[in-house]
Amino acid sequence: MSTFVQITVLMSSAIETGFQEKIDQDIRIEPRDWMPEAYRKTLIRQISQHAHSEIVGMLPEANWITRAPTLKRKATLIAKVQDEAGHGLYLYSSAETLGVSREEMIDQLHQGKAKYSSIFNYPTLTWADMGAIGWLVDGAAIMNQVPLCRASYGPYARAMVRICREESFHQRQGFEILLVLSKGNEAQRRMCQDAIDRWWWPSVMMFGPNDDASPHTAQSMRWKIKRFTNDELRQRFVDVCAGQVKLLGMHLPDPDLVWNEARQHYDFGPIDWNEFREVINGNGPCNKERLAARVKAHADGAWVREAALAHAQKNSIREKAA
Amino acid sequence: MSDQSIIDYILHLGDNALVLGHRNSEWTGHGPILEQDIALSNIALDLIGQARYYYQYASRCINAADGASRPFPGHEALTEDVLAYHRDAWDFRNCLLVEQSNGHWGKTVLRQFFFSAWQFELYGALRHSRDSQLAAIAAKSLKEVTYHLRWSGEWVIRLGDGTEESHTRMEEALGDLWKYTGELFVPADYEKPLALSGVAVDLATIRPAWELKVGEVLEAAGLERKEGEWMQKGGKQGKHTEALGYLLAEMQFLQRAYPGCEW
Ligand SMILES: [Fe+2]
Ligand SMILES: [Fe+2]
Repeated sequence: MSTFVQITVLMSSAIETGFQEKIDQDIRIEPRDWMPEAYRKTLIRQISQHAHSEIVGMLPEANWITRAPTLKRKATLIAKVQDEAGHGLYLYSSAETLGVSREEMIDQLHQGKAKYSSIFNYPTLTWADMGAIGWLVDGAAIMNQVPLCRASYGPYARAMVRICREESFHQRQGFEILLVLSKGNEAQRRMCQDAIDRWWWPSVMMFGPNDDASPHTAQSMRWKIKRFTNDELRQRFVDVCAGQVKLLGMHLPDPDLVWNEARQHYDFGPIDWNEFREVINGNGPCNKERLAARVKAHADGAWVREAALAHAQKNSIREKAA
Repeated sequence: MSDQSIIDYILHLGDNALVLGHRNSEWTGHGPILEQDIALSNIALDLIGQARYYYQYASRCINAADGASRPFPGHEALTEDVLAYHRDAWDFRNCLLVEQSNGHWGKTVLRQFFFSAWQFELYGALRHSRDSQLAAIAAKSLKEVTYHLRWSGEWVIRLGDGTEESHTRMEEALGDLWKYTGELFVPADYEKPLALSGVAVDLATIRPAWELKVGEVLEAAGLERKEGEWMQKGGKQGKHTEALGYLLAEMQFLQRAYPGCEW
């Protein structure tokens, strides 16, 4: 090894040590700070996946905007889906601070190269799904995201603070939709239980693979991009929901769900990881439809974006000429 | 002036807002740019909010009327949702313009522009209505409509001026929609006595300002409107285009399939 290379290696490892020290002292990393390439890449992957999830996640709920049963519900649902669009925007912007453009990220999504949360590959079949999504899916998202408000990367953490505030509002609204249904007639109660039955396991899977099958967890925790493991968060989610479902007079579709006095937690049944993998690999009930809807919206909008750009350019030429 | 004419007039104002709000909300999640998806959803929310004010007011009027003359006898106490979800197309009093399908983004923004230019002038005048409820709703909504008008007008100019393709698409949209603008200024039977008594807006008084605004924006967009084209009408009297039936079938599905439920 030449002396020059040796010095470079020494220097970069010193910088790297300094970086980890900052993280350990809970000093936020900002866009212009030095960061290891792997940290940057991990963040880009995580934040863009999260942004895509917000955007694809608009679709299953947008399905029911035109069929919402009251004007108030209609307005609330539009506002909710609009919030998700806003979340997508904040997250794309915070990923952009890491040197990747929104266009690149969206292209990756449309080409099937970037992932988004698998939960949105399930269909919304009844109105009760608007309740179940709010309660369980936004609920699981909150569990995952509240710790991210303390993530080491500043722009990400700040985006998450704003997002979490809105997500907990969504969760309450969703629960309230189910609560009304649970007090309704036979058909409404059936709708309510059916939606819980269909959304429960996919929501439990939202926390990702078990810890022993989650290779990135340890490094992400060292970098404080992640604060708790998948299984810790999942357990917390199950504990909360097992209590809340009682208020609905409904049940979670898990015969093994039982309070464990010794652990002070609920035990729950085995997760169908086969289903999880299939949906991630594109074989969920709506993978094709969701992506196709995003691609179509983008393609149909191409002439609009081009025209807006052309008009802006003409305007600036006209201004210069004037 | 009968009770029925004021009720019809309120419903006309509310139905315009609901039907266009509903149409706009069909875009939510499918807009051409994220920021604009949010903007159009906002307009949908504003319009649905306005519709709710009108329906709440209409249901108070109807509930106060004596039993025999009340429409919708099946419903004991009328609510905004009975009005939105339990009337058939022939009871809707919206103008034909707002029920037209979204088509492409250009058609949607042009439809919004024609309507907002009208609503802007209408609310400006309705603020001085002798009916204090209508005056209050108009005053409250005018700020929203001012934004809708600016936003949609900017889009019409952008797309008319932008590229050859966008210009062609806007010409096509103009061809589709212009024939529905005449109805905005034709008073319905229930409207005439109300305009005379200062409750409703006399549409002839707001037409010049609308023409001026529309002329300015179309000119800036490089779009030419056709003179002397036949104007369709009927919506304000409950004679709609085929589009409304499908819209209502979708919108009213749950209330119709499971009547008498809380949601
Ligand atoms: Fe969100
Ligand atoms: Fe949410």
